[in-house]
Amino acid sequence: MSKLQNETEGMVCLFMGNEAIARGALEAGVNVAAAYPGTPSSEILENLARVAVERNLYVEWSANEKVALEVAAAASFAGLRALCSLKQNGVNVASDFLLHLAASGTRGGLVLVLCEDPGALSSVNEGDSRHFARMLELPLLEPGDFQEAKDLTAWAFQLSEELKTLVMVRSVTRLSHASGNVTLGKLALPSGQAEFRCDGFILDPLEGAVASAPVLYKHALQQEKIRKAKEIFEGSPFNTYHGPACPELLVITGSACSLYCREAIEILGLQDRVGLLKLTTTWPLPSDLIKKHLAQTEKVLVVEEVIPFLEENLKVLGAELAKEVGCKAFFGKRDGVLPSVGELNPDLVMTAIGKVLGDVACPGPSEYQRKAQSKALSLAPTREQTFCPGCPHRASFFSIYKAVELDGRRGFVCGDIGCYTMAMFPCGFGTLKTLHSMGSGLGLASGFGRLGQFGFRQPVLAVCGDSTFFHAAIPALINAVHHRADIVLIILDNSGTAMTGFQPHPGLGIDALGEPVPKIDIALVCRSIGARVESADPFDLDETTRKLSELIEDGEGPRVLILRQICALSPEKKGKKRYEMTVDESLCISEKCGCNRFCTRSFRCPGLFNDRMTGKAKIDEVVCAGCGVCISICPVSAIKGKEAA
Amino acid sequence: MREIGLRKDPYNLIIAGVGGQGNVLASKILAGMLVQEGLWVTVGESFGVSQRGGSVMSHLRISTRSFFSPQIPGGKADLVVTLEPVEAIRVLGRYGNQEVKVLTNTRPIYPAGVIAGQLSYPALEEIKDALEDLAAKVWYIEATRAALELGSPILSNVIMMGATAGLGELPLSREGFRRNIEEVITRDKVDLNMKAFDLGFSCFKGEV
Repeated sequence: MSKLQNETEGMVCLFMGNEAIARGALEAGVNVAAAYPGTPSSEILENLARVAVERNLYVEWSANEKVALEVAAAASFAGLRALCSLKQNGVNVASDFLLHLAASGTRGGLVLVLCEDPGALSSVNEGDSRHFARMLELPLLEPGDFQEAKDLTAWAFQLSEELKTLVMVRSVTRLSHASGNVTLGKLALPSGQAEFRCDGFILDPLEGAVASAPVLYKHALQQEKIRKAKEIFEGSPFNTYHGPACPELLVITGSACSLYCREAIEILGLQDRVGLLKLTTTWPLPSDLIKKHLAQTEKVLVVEEVIPFLEENLKVLGAELAKEVGCKAFFGKRDGVLPSVGELNPDLVMTAIGKVLGDVACPGPSEYQRKAQSKALSLAPTREQTFCPGCPHRASFFSIYKAVELDGRRGFVCGDIGCYTMAMFPCGFGTLKTLHSMGSGLGLASGFGRLGQFGFRQPVLAVCGDSTFFHAAIPALINAVHHRADIVLIILDNSGTAMTGFQPHPGLGIDALGEPVPKIDIALVCRSIGARVESADPFDLDETTRKLSELIEDGEGPRVLILRQICALSPEKKGKKRYEMTVDESLCISEKCGCNRFCTRSFRCPGLFNDRMTGKAKIDEVVCAGCGVCISICPVSAIKGKEAA
Repeated sequence: MREIGLRKDPYNLIIAGVGGQGNVLASKILAGMLVQEGLWVTVGESFGVSQRGGSVMSHLRISTRSFFSPQIPGGKADLVVTLEPVEAIRVLGRYGNQEVKVLTNTRPIYPAGVIAGQLSYPALEEIKDALEDLAAKVWYIEATRAALELGSPILSNVIMMGATAGLGELPLSREGFRRNIEEVITRDKVDLNMKAFDLGFSCFKGEV
């Protein structure tokens, strides 16, 4: 049984932040959860899906984030408790609905968990969605450790019901994907009776219509909720202060940064001089609590990641309070005391505290550290990101690159979001030339494909994955067909949302619980929209290149090529080799061949390397996945594959 | 909670390797074992797209008193366990210090730039010289070869976990490993995993 369902109240478990969030939801008696996968948020829904049957939950991987939030909101309107979890840019996708939801209000507790990625460890952006809380006037909570991730999530449902509005809970990679001790609370009993009551007086919050209109009335109501949230936050036990009564420096922080700050103060031995105010209720700010602390200090350092959200809001508050508490000196990102991009860590916080206090000696690099850094630089070669051995994308981009080069008209490929994003790098032969949000590759291609009247002659290609196709590419394909854009869309179908851990999508015949569900056929969708559709196995390089070359030449509206091959890491494939690969050393003549070590220098699969002793290509048996694609790239057929038993 | 002595509090353990070597699983299992011994453990790790062929690193902050930052401050590692040898040098570059101890697998995994001939990968002797210069103690283990002999290269992370436990530096027991590995693998694989753990455990038993 999943430890998420452990009934022993008070027991200590090691939980990943995302597991703690899921447990918090279960302790609050969540009924419905919906999400679209995205690192670092995916494990929340995965964990809830695992216990869905026993806890009587409805859990789904929705087609995209906006639909996920709509599905969760419907449950709230029907009186149930619901959770929606997204990564940072997912909030952008859901934001149009979120704007109206903030105004319409909610019924059953509705919690939006956003997991952000400072430093973009697994993202193509460093988005910060906290601004949505201020912009859309919604309460925002930011847990500072694993225990709070559980406890605040559970409390968020109660808060949402009290205020009748959605509550945002923000986590970050270093919390969602980090783990720590969590003391379990009481698990709620599976329950829930759904009914959408809508026959009452139109403005009745529990029995009327749920809508953002009448706009001014609802907007005023929303602001009243935010004022009420502020009053509740003033007394929240989750906001804590540690330090002297009148600190020389007050550090105000939240989220994972509170762990960095605590450790930085401890390492510097400044517990008697520096106070730490950890805020978990970051919008609206508990202004009375902050006023009390501002009155006791002259200097304030605000420590947070990505955008100076807290810093700017505290400065507004500081200006409003100046006549009562005096003028304070604020430090943070805006003055460069802390870096304005990338994630923070205890070292960066130590440096910042040192800069502000002036008399604190931050240990600079020792002689040892200088030596160690220089050895690491000279001896440890960088590891660029690359496609896994056996990855279908390496084969696909090999053919795409080749077809575009053979065409010779300076064609290019618009990229999209997924592992195949890495085709911007050498592992994908630098094939991708644009990269933005999900579905944008095809939207951009649709635009490029209509520039002919301005003398534009370059062939335009776009790629997207199977999950991305359902998420955001369909409207762009409709647009391209409707406007006869001259483009080729290549759908890299690896049978799952592979990058985030094989979550199912509408193209697969299973749901989040692994139950059979109707599947939507990508080829059929494209054909019904009016595109010409071909398909190929990307592992067959010649056939793929030939079909693609033909599609590039056929300049008649959008053409679609579906390249289908399951991800090498998928549970069906992982660890199973199709071929036992070898290199025939008598045939490989290495540098003398004239191929210029094509297999290792250009194809660059990690399963092949050049043996230092013999100078010949060799298979790394530990790394090779046995896909057999490299058999057809060697000009002298030295790479051999024997069908594995 | 019974008294557990840690040589340092927090004790900082780094487990590093290359995406796909089972780094995350190793950190999860070891952390689970330590929590069951009554310790506070904070684990920070990198995964997601960063794991595709890239260096991966897990930070374990082990304490008798509280959470710590999921990122170890620079220069503060106590024990570095690496599934790939140059990764040990990379880790020491940022987190090493004169007292640090290193346990490393000796089997290289070549970065794409090395395979392509653009970067060079040091010879094992060069790696050893650097590690011995930078660490107070270094243990080498041919974990991949031993794992291949047991039937699967992925067992090298289990061998490394066994070797880490065997050092006696942390309260990591055979029984604790069994309890935790049983939660994540199918029953038919338990015996093989225990065999790999025992093999690692006996390598440097009590050498700390």
